[in-house]
Amino acid sequence: MSENVSHQFERLPATEDDREVEGRPTREEVVDWWVERFDVPEDTFDGYTLWEKGKGKVWALPYDLDGPVPVEALGLKLLRTRQEHWKPTTDAVQRFGRDAEQNVVVLDDEEAERFIAGDEQELEWDGDWGYLVVAHDLAGGVEPIGVGLYTYGDLTSMVPKGHRRDL
Amino acid sequence: MDALSRYEPIIEDFAAFLDACERPLPTTVRVNPIKATPDRAVDALEDAGVAVQRRDWHPGVLEVDTDKPGNTWPYVHGWIHGQEEVSSVPAAVLSPERGDVVWDACAAPGGKTTQLAAEIDDEGLVVANDDNLGRLSALRGNCDRLGVTSAAVTNGDARRTTLDAFPNVEAFDHALVDAPCTCEGTIRKNPDALEGAGASASRNLAALQSDILSRAVELTREGGTVVYSTCTFAPEENEGVVDSVLAEGDCRLVEFDTGLESVEGLTEWDGETYDDSLAKARRYYPHHNDTGGFFTAKLEVVA
Repeated sequence: MSENVSHQFERLPATEDDREVEGRPTREEVVDWWVERFDVPEDTFDGYTLWEKGKGKVWALPYDLDGPVPVEALGLKLLRTRQEHWKPTTDAVQRFGRDAEQNVVVLDDEEAERFIAGDEQELEWDGDWGYLVVAHDLAGGVEPIGVGLYTYGDLTSMVPKGHRRDL
Repeated sequence: MDALSRYEPIIEDFAAFLDACERPLPTTVRVNPIKATPDRAVDALEDAGVAVQRRDWHPGVLEVDTDKPGNTWPYVHGWIHGQEEVSSVPAAVLSPERGDVVWDACAAPGGKTTQLAAEIDDEGLVVANDDNLGRLSALRGNCDRLGVTSAAVTNGDARRTTLDAFPNVEAFDHALVDAPCTCEGTIRKNPDALEGAGASASRNLAALQSDILSRAVELTREGGTVVYSTCTFAPEENEGVVDSVLAEGDCRLVEFDTGLESVEGLTEWDGETYDDSLAKARRYYPHHNDTGGFFTAKLEVVA
């Protein structure tokens, strides 16, 4: 097994059998995670190559490149792996969470404003605990805002500090 | 405004030009079609109480009746990006297609990068380079907020860029050089934009600008397009730069029309003559379209 090199992007192995870097998630695991957690269509990441840079951060790029790629950023950061609970990014949930059909909570206007301000709030929710796609109604459709962490009846906003707003 | 007086011989209705330079700019945003249609973005802005005026020449450019478009839901969702109207010109002129590999040589803070990504339907590769590490975070932040997946961000000197980081890319299909410049055309939003401006400042930048443009032509495949743009009026940084790269013989100028009012590029200035084809470049003056000042040239790589 080789080591993860943190300053360059390396392609995820397709499956367990192709894995050469210890602890690196496989493409199959990442795609399955999105499908199992959020019930996004199974072809959501067809056409994307998946990459790791830094420990456990997985990125998606709509182009077929050979690796490794020594650049600052490559595509969109999808999620953080290599920890017990994989955590999707705000940007990925906004980009790919529209088609999610599971573990999506739709807030009303006031709740959505509290969420984007970064506040924790009580929420009635009978679905799974953990990371949820948090959405609201906007201009004729449900639009994902970001990631919320649901535990013990509370929804914690995972919106990064620089993205929080008083709207 | 003294630094602008040298342009009196080349700008028609110079008084109207100076008047426009003294007026503040309208606030405009560009709709990000990766995440929303212009209609939906307009609806969401109007729901938030922001009046919107659309522009005829580009469906995604909106004038908004707020000085803080960043404090709206459409911004949070990455449906809109604060971008001066005329700075939407170069990516629209380059007009790459889905699947293309595009170089944005001087990319930060990313308005044009994200527009290029939208032009290729966010399928393909936009190599977004900037030499300023401090400005890369803005570039990355804008790509992320707008949901751009097709960008690769690099931090290097555009004059010495290679394709080494991308082993299976042989050449760029197209390139945009939105060059560092004296920014005279941003006078309507930066009141101190003219400090230090003048012929000698412009001549000092021209070598850097020519080197970057020349590199872009070298790295782009035959038949590909390179767009050169600046936000300055200075011919030394505009026609003069394009003329010097044309002389290397690997590209030719091509005509284009964005639908915005503009005038031809210059073929002579300050005792210098430029190639006749420089008339195919376009100059956008503030009194034409109520925008900032801008220069754009479209080049086809022929060797």
